[in-house]
Amino acid sequence: MAKYVIVGASAAGIAAVGGIRKVDPDGAIMVITEEACADYSRPMISDLVSGKADLLKMKCKTEDFWKDNKAELRLGKKVVSIDLAGKTVNFEDGEKVAYEKLLLATGGKPFVPKMEGQEKDGVFTFTNIAEAQRLAAKIDSIQAKSAVVIGAGLIGISVAEALMKRGLKVTVVELQEKILSLLLDAKASDIVEAVIRKTGVNFATGQSVQKIISRPENDGAVGGVILTKGDQVPCDLVIVAIGVIPRTELVVGTNVKINRGIIVDNFMQTSVPDVYASGDVAETFDFILNQSRSLPLWPLAVLEGRVAGANMAGAKTSYEGGTNMSSLKYFGIPIVSIGLANPKEDPTLEIIVKQDLEHNVYKKLVLRNNVIVGMTLVNCIERAGILFNLLKDKVNVKKFKQDLLRDDFGWAMLPVTMQRKMGVIQ
Amino acid sequence: MKKIIAKQEACMGCGICEVYCTAAHSKSKDIVKAYNNEKPKPISRIRREVNKPVSFAIQCRHCEDAPCVAACLSGAMQKDQKTGEVTHNKEKCIGCWTCVMVCPYGALVMDKEGHVVAKCDLCQGLTEPACVANCPNQALVFKEVKP
Repeated sequence: MAKYVIVGASAAGIAAVGGIRKVDPDGAIMVITEEACADYSRPMISDLVSGKADLLKMKCKTEDFWKDNKAELRLGKKVVSIDLAGKTVNFEDGEKVAYEKLLLATGGKPFVPKMEGQEKDGVFTFTNIAEAQRLAAKIDSIQAKSAVVIGAGLIGISVAEALMKRGLKVTVVELQEKILSLLLDAKASDIVEAVIRKTGVNFATGQSVQKIISRPENDGAVGGVILTKGDQVPCDLVIVAIGVIPRTELVVGTNVKINRGIIVDNFMQTSVPDVYASGDVAETFDFILNQSRSLPLWPLAVLEGRVAGANMAGAKTSYEGGTNMSSLKYFGIPIVSIGLANPKEDPTLEIIVKQDLEHNVYKKLVLRNNVIVGMTLVNCIERAGILFNLLKDKVNVKKFKQDLLRDDFGWAMLPVTMQRKMGVIQ
Repeated sequence: MKKIIAKQEACMGCGICEVYCTAAHSKSKDIVKAYNNEKPKPISRIRREVNKPVSFAIQCRHCEDAPCVAACLSGAMQKDQKTGEVTHNKEKCIGCWTCVMVCPYGALVMDKEGHVVAKCDLCQGLTEPACVANCPNQALVFKEVKP
């Protein structure tokens, strides 16, 4: 029995512990994860493969976190079902734990489309530390020389960089015509692709993998892929990095309403009383699109988890919402993309762009009625936070619109009332 | 907690705060050596913002509910519950720039050579932050404010 039971010990689950403790200093908290390791930075698993980080560096919390917060961590425990009527979670080994308030922070699972040969040795997904460790070990054990990464989104680009740093010849296969297509417009995508190509990474866009083929000497092991346009790419490893889907399986078929992810209100509560969800498993409010949707991003999972925790403990804290927002560091070209960064033709939108292609700099703002609703910054991101704040607070930028993309743009160009309100000046 | 506050009307936009901040965060603590010899190059964590005739300097505001702490992917950015300072652990920083994306003040500086973020630490160990102590027109004050 624990007053608060949290399933999942990553961004949302851990943030919820803090959220609970801000309101309820003593109620028993149990955090359950099937993983062997909790509170590690999931976005850093590519750094683990490249050798840039070890497990110690990946730990987001201090060793004392669990003790300080009087939270019990159950590692390596898989929850297989939930009795919503009886209010218990049931472990694979038969143990049952009763709860008063439950948080589902089970995250996402990799999406793997059906491909011939996908069962072969050398095919990996890439969403948790165990997979990253297996991949790193495999690179060593077979002395892998080459890899095909399927998917040129955030995860695909991150793993491609890690493999490149390990000395592998990398080909990234992407179904869309452009890489990072959920984040970047065609122009920005081309700039980034050219930078990455210079490092030796290849791209095959506008196609997918039709078939994973074997090594001539070993039928069970990956030897290459055949692309849908017919090309054959020899490789030792295949990493499927197409995306993640919400891990809703514990509540499928119950009264907990699910769309793509678990549906929650602004208090992170599901359709079943005392059951909350947050992080990649949930659909949360996008303040740019003005609707809830799946936004599997670490910083948002933290904010959602905090809100869930506070509300589980009896507060009435509303989630302010998030939007599609990413900062990328890969291949030495920093990128920030937020909100409607790559909108379809829309006469209500105004787009302003400034670029310096010689230095791979590209800055684009998307505005509606003089309010920033989207932005892309490539290789010039240091002012991103100021712009993001204008977007988030829906500030009318009409009076200083011409300054927004200046290289020296900053707080001095914003209205004095804002400067005072934010405490920038006295 | 004590914070650094800018007096816009007193700021001349001279940038001396940036020079002293850089030196204070260098190995040698010596302006000439810091600028000419040190690798990686020390960088200023305070930024002079100029839109003539307006100018003032800005650095980390050590927010109560700091967006950078919530957004940090690696746990490098923390809020010190005792002092109120937003601290940054360079060893844990992975240079993902997520904090840069969310800081409303644009107060996080990218150390591109070191691939990590740099930020104001209120000059721990000095009685007064270097930018405040060396501002020729007292346009920066270090004083107790509500968090």
